[in-house]
Amino acid sequence: MEELLNELKEKFSSVVIEVQEKDYPTLICKRNGFVDFIKYLKEEKGFKYLIDLCGVDYLNYPKKNFEERFKVVYHLYNLDTKVLLRLKVRIPEEDCWHHSVTPLWRTADFFERECYDMFGIKFKGHPNLKRVLMPDDWEGHPLRKDYPLYLEEEQEWETYKKIAQKYKR
Amino acid sequence: MATYLEINKKQVNGEKWEEPFYLNMGPQHPSTHGVLRLFLELEGETIVNCTPIIGYLHRGVEKLGENLNYNQAIVLSDRLDYIASAANNTAFALAFEKLMNLEVPRRAKLLRTIACEMARICNHLLWLATHALDIGAMTVFLYCFRDREWLLNIYEKICGARLTHTYVRVGGVRQDFTQEIIDDLYKFTEEFPSRIYDYETLIDVNRIWLKRTKGIAVVPPEDAINLGLTGPCLRGSGVYYDVRKFRPYDAYGEVNFVVPTGKNGDTYDRYRVRMEELRQSNFIIRQCLDKLPETEGEPVLAENAPDLLMPEKIKKPEPKPVPKKGVIFRGADVPVVPPGEAFAAIESPKGELSVYVVSDGSNKPWRLRVRTPSFVHISAIPYMAKNHMIADLVAIIGTLDIVLGDSDR
Amino acid sequence: MDKLIFTVIAAVILLVIALLHVAYLTYAERKIIARMQQRLGPNRVGPRGLLQPIADMLKLLTKEDIVPYGVDKPIFYIAPLISLVCAGTGVALIPLWEKFVLSNINVGLLFILALSSLSAYGVILSGWASNSRYAFLGGLRASAQVISYEIAMSLALLSVVLMAGSLNLIDIVKAQISSPYKIYLIPQIIAFFVFIISAIAECNRVPFDLPEAETELVAGYFVEYSAMRFSIFYLAEYFGMVVMSALAVTCFLGGWVGPFEVPYIPFFWFLIKLYFILFVYIWVRATLPRYRYDQLMGLGWKVLIPIGIVNLFLTAFLKLIV
Repeated sequence: MEELLNELKEKFSSVVIEVQEKDYPTLICKRNGFVDFIKYLKEEKGFKYLIDLCGVDYLNYPKKNFEERFKVVYHLYNLDTKVLLRLKVRIPEEDCWHHSVTPLWRTADFFERECYDMFGIKFKGHPNLKRVLMPDDWEGHPLRKDYPLYLEEEQEWETYKKIAQKYKR
Repeated sequence: MATYLEINKKQVNGEKWEEPFYLNMGPQHPSTHGVLRLFLELEGETIVNCTPIIGYLHRGVEKLGENLNYNQAIVLSDRLDYIASAANNTAFALAFEKLMNLEVPRRAKLLRTIACEMARICNHLLWLATHALDIGAMTVFLYCFRDREWLLNIYEKICGARLTHTYVRVGGVRQDFTQEIIDDLYKFTEEFPSRIYDYETLIDVNRIWLKRTKGIAVVPPEDAINLGLTGPCLRGSGVYYDVRKFRPYDAYGEVNFVVPTGKNGDTYDRYRVRMEELRQSNFIIRQCLDKLPETEGEPVLAENAPDLLMPEKIKKPEPKPVPKKGVIFRGADVPVVPPGEAFAAIESPKGELSVYVVSDGSNKPWRLRVRTPSFVHISAIPYMAKNHMIADLVAIIGTLDIVLGDSDR
Repeated sequence: MDKLIFTVIAAVILLVIALLHVAYLTYAERKIIARMQQRLGPNRVGPRGLLQPIADMLKLLTKEDIVPYGVDKPIFYIAPLISLVCAGTGVALIPLWEKFVLSNINVGLLFILALSSLSAYGVILSGWASNSRYAFLGGLRASAQVISYEIAMSLALLSVVLMAGSLNLIDIVKAQISSPYKIYLIPQIIAFFVFIISAIAECNRVPFDLPEAETELVAGYFVEYSAMRFSIFYLAEYFGMVVMSALAVTCFLGGWVGPFEVPYIPFFWFLIKLYFILFVYIWVRATLPRYRYDQLMGLGWKVLIPIGIVNLFLTAFLKLIV
């Protein structure tokens, strides 16, 4: 475990910013060169199973020690050595994109689409980046912290408004 | 897309018609298990392309979870996979306990394990019922429902609810089993193996069943991992991976059970794996029941577990102004949770259900991420359905065991 | 003139009896399957739910008849009638008793076969006219299925015709009784099974109910039909079952003849045998899953038709020798 982390840190010193020991070992990575890093993890180190990929919005997070607004969190698992690894990539709000890992994992397809749907993080290299849970013509990204829990009447979904108008008596 | 009349007209006029045959399967369709919509491009009856379209049951559980406190978020989890809600409860509770550093009493762990395995049996019975019905065997459907009813009645005795029972709570379970429930469960575990045998005699030796399931939707092990399949779908492909064995939680570390795996990775193997899991779950429940007397009298809730009711010593906060529209979430304040993050995964009946929760130090989760197996499994449908027929597509949806409440969240 | 009146009265009696049989066949099916699946079945309307079929019929008759947008109207209207007429007319040719057959024609068997092939038109046309993709696929499946199973069924019946030496159904029954086996089930057991399987396929029943496969094509060819027109399709299906079973009774089980004469009830043995075969239909439905389209065609062309041909040649060969 220790060896693996040290090796990763040495080999990818330009990508891995920080190693944290939490409930699972956590690597904070840079966006540049991330695909090479995760490819190395998958193909050389046996982290073949991508458990989860999700976004986190850190807008106004108390005691935040970094500047970027979003994080994309990966949970990788090695089925042979039973090691779970968490990777985090910080994404700034103004430059809201990330590299796609869909060419590596087919399962990342829906995860990335969902992440785009909910946070508006664009994944470069994704073959079909469309909304997955929300309707295609939805405005805004619901899981962002500045997205309200309840929409005002005028903010409501356009299609819904049309239908409501049509069947109004 | 054109109607057949238009096609007819074009053909009468001697024009060539080259648009492929599209079929929109769902969201209202008897065998899409809810509101899954599949957009199919067909060539005859063979599927050339298949696009799953989901989101019709999207309720925003993750967003809601950020606006509820930890105990209330458990209630949301019931509504994910409403067929096996005890398993979802456990996943949420495990993540929150990790965040709060709670130690769950052993008795509570055993009770949780029993509840989870009951959920697994419920789920697999429902799966078998609907899968068989999709393929056309109607009788199995009702046989399975009969036995599932039995378990639901026991659930009703345990916690009063049949489907969305928030039995598992942060720090333990809601209440202890009574002697009656334990007797009922003993009786169930005694008789259930013979019932499994009944189902197998109905369909396992049936030529048509074998023809419809063998060699359908074969997923090689590498592809299964790559597609993110988990649970019986992954094990049917021959990959030995089970969260209960790999990262034991609750009382799974202290019970014996076998993780069945398939060989060919086809629909039949997945069916075999699930039938075997039914037996193993029954066995696990039996072991946990045997262990229960050792922990007689222990509490079933950790001492410092967040209370559901408002403790008197905490001052009631000033009521906030009621927003113009919507609901205010009332409820007890959970003791403030240290900031940090936690990841917990369980082997839900459908596959790996993992919860990733980030806390900011308040009484609500900052981010509550649920990775549900159905969501991932739906994304595998295009891969599995390619070059199969419509009838096989129905079998594939059945074999993946998806619940749209689980996938859309 | 007297003969005409007699025929009309007989036709009315036959129609009423057949309709009652069809109505109560649905009831019997629901009750028997319910018993096999450990539930109760209909038990609210009338004692033990005996009035359920009548209630169903009334409900279907009084419902709104919806004609979807974009259907090919004339064909849409006429398709269910084609199905019903073709399925129902067969009853007139079946000899229920030695002295009771509505239309004793010399090519009775051929006529029934022709009618059952024609009934496929109802299915295909309704599938085409509905302007729905599910119905279209159902119609396609139906045409393929009916055409391939027709052959197997004809081959099975041809063996019977060879043995009896006649296409007249009364003659076939009489030939059976005068033969050493009394019924043709014994020498023609293979033909009997081929016939029963293809008859199930012909009636679109489980496990061959692909044209209407509920879980795949929702309801297949009649997905767009409602109310009266839907019930006509329903009637046609059960009429088809009754006619096919009656044909099986006539050609293989010795028709109206039984081991001993039951006084005053001339149809007794015929009905007993008919009910037994209908029970088999229902039994199969409760037990078996559904075939896939290509597997169904495989079964028809690779198994049933070769067996039918071999059986036909064997019969012909034996007939030559004996």
